[in-house]
Amino acid sequence: MEILFASAVGVLTAAGIYLILRKRTFPVILGLSLLSYAVNVFLFATGRLMINAPPVLNKYAEVAYTDPLPQALVLTAIVISFGMTAVVVMIALGAYLSAKDDHIDMIEDADGAGDDA
Amino acid sequence: MNHLLIAPVVLPAIVAPFIIMVLRHHLSLQRIFSLACTVALLAITLGLAVQAADGTVQVYELGNWPAPFGIVLVLDRLSALMLLLTAGLALAVVLYAIGSGWDARGRHFHALLQFQLMGILGAFLTGDAFNLFVFFEVLLIASYGLMIHGGGAKRLQAGVQYVVYNLLGSSLFLLALGTLYAVTGTLNMADLAVRVAELSPDDTALLRVGAVMLLLVFAIKAAVLPLHFWLPASYAYAPLPVAALFAIMTKVGAYAILRMYTLVFGPDVAATAGLVGDWLLPAAMLTLAIGALGVLGSREIGRLVAFGAITSMGTLLIAVALFTPQATAAALYYTVHSTLAAALLFLIADLIIERRGGAIIAQRPMAQTGLIASLFFVGAIAMAGMPPLSGFVGKLLVMDAARDHELVWYIWAVILAGSLITIIGLARAGSEIFWKSHDDSHIREAEPEIAVDDTQAPTEEPASNAPALPFVACFALVGSLALLTIFAGPMMDYTTATAAQLFDPNIYIDAVLRRAEQ
Repeated sequence: MEILFASAVGVLTAAGIYLILRKRTFPVILGLSLLSYAVNVFLFATGRLMINAPPVLNKYAEVAYTDPLPQALVLTAIVISFGMTAVVVMIALGAYLSAKDDHIDMIEDADGAGDDA
Repeated sequence: MNHLLIAPVVLPAIVAPFIIMVLRHHLSLQRIFSLACTVALLAITLGLAVQAADGTVQVYELGNWPAPFGIVLVLDRLSALMLLLTAGLALAVVLYAIGSGWDARGRHFHALLQFQLMGILGAFLTGDAFNLFVFFEVLLIASYGLMIHGGGAKRLQAGVQYVVYNLLGSSLFLLALGTLYAVTGTLNMADLAVRVAELSPDDTALLRVGAVMLLLVFAIKAAVLPLHFWLPASYAYAPLPVAALFAIMTKVGAYAILRMYTLVFGPDVAATAGLVGDWLLPAAMLTLAIGALGVLGSREIGRLVAFGAITSMGTLLIAVALFTPQATAAALYYTVHSTLAAALLFLIADLIIERRGGAIIAQRPMAQTGLIASLFFVGAIAMAGMPPLSGFVGKLLVMDAARDHELVWYIWAVILAGSLITIIGLARAGSEIFWKSHDDSHIREAEPEIAVDDTQAPTEEPASNAPALPFVACFALVGSLALLTIFAGPMMDYTTATAAQLFDPNIYIDAVLRRAEQ
């Protein structure tokens, strides 16, 4: 299971980074999402991998339990990355619609200087 | 427990949704509530600073859960100083935004500003590493909204870059936190410090990876070379009053470096000894050099000030990277100075852009050119670190603190040469904009302005009814810089005490983990 888990994190991260280095905003946003999945899966493993163990302590019997804190962290991270993805999609859409161009790098004006922004 | 401690987080967290939900169609009421909230924050943080000045570390346990099980807010001298600085800066920015009408050029300016304040103040207060991440996200998501306030194609494109860069930073932050948690089993900063110190030195490879990743995250926030690429475009294309508020955001990164790498991965911790200072110092020196060159090379006033901000981050981080109490005291003094100076110059840049556009070329004189020119002169002196203002004192302190370091000549050379180049760059910009404008032989035909911003107010505003409030904000910042210079002695006493407190992490740890009571 460890191999499966580790390679899943690795593949997701690699794919995410590849996509982030693309030129247009849509693949970049996809890459960010993949990267955030990789991070979430990774966070899950920080409490050690356990199967069939509840995240609760049981004071009546010696039952295996898994660390509940990473699950709470992952939950927070999922919510935040979901919200952030929505924000970046909206901003990228706004930029695409107003500039008619969805390249992630800004093409400087001919004179190299900015304008009156 | 002292409930005043959580007020800087709760107050904006209540006012911001109130502004969105109840006052969304009433700009004047929004302004009143936002201004009142900011004034209240200033009063609260002033009270907290007075309480923290005697050296006690106050702890606020959320939900009354004792650390390390619950999240704690911690107020020590460093937090109190940063809180006060943020609230003061925010007041100037709010006044300027109201006076210049920037808050009317898009929606929800004041709500976003209050959310941003909540994030920044929370980040300065929290004593939990994961909570620090959450507050970073709060301040970032509000900053995304502020960054694209007013719209316009260029600004939105710069906004996309800014958001993507920071989302990457957030992912890295989570990876670093996960690694630290996997090694230590805790995320409370005080508890982390205890556990890290207990780890045996041969068992710390993963810990060192986590520490370096965390440093990278904070270096992105602090715009350290080579992770500074987001800053010039973001700050130059953001509404400049917002950029003035963002002047504190790079300091959040510097604060986090200072906090984590004195408390958790302190100079005495065997596992990470020398890891941070050795890397951060050359990076900070490069940051200063590139910032100075950027000041010299800018052809647009917003970008010029953005590079000026990078320069001051370089100076600041040189002092931080020395990791001695004396250098840290100098760094804190310089933090206060550079935040105010950068904000002042951003506001002045906005005054200039509103009247004549941002290009650094000679054009026809603008309205109130004498007043703005003198403000620019003061701001440039402050930013370049010339006497008589506090930048000079700050740089002198930083250089004095580097005296015993083995790289002292390199540090001095970089700081002095950087200052010289910054002075030349600022002087060139000032003479192009203000002096040559009065000489007809130098005036080039104004280039056709590319409309960046559909909602931009008309620039040919008559001089007679130009609002006074923006100037009030600028002069407030000038006044605080002057006060910082005059009261440099007491201020240094405070920052020296702060540094002493930082370099004795047991005070912090004892207070948070209640070790005295056990």
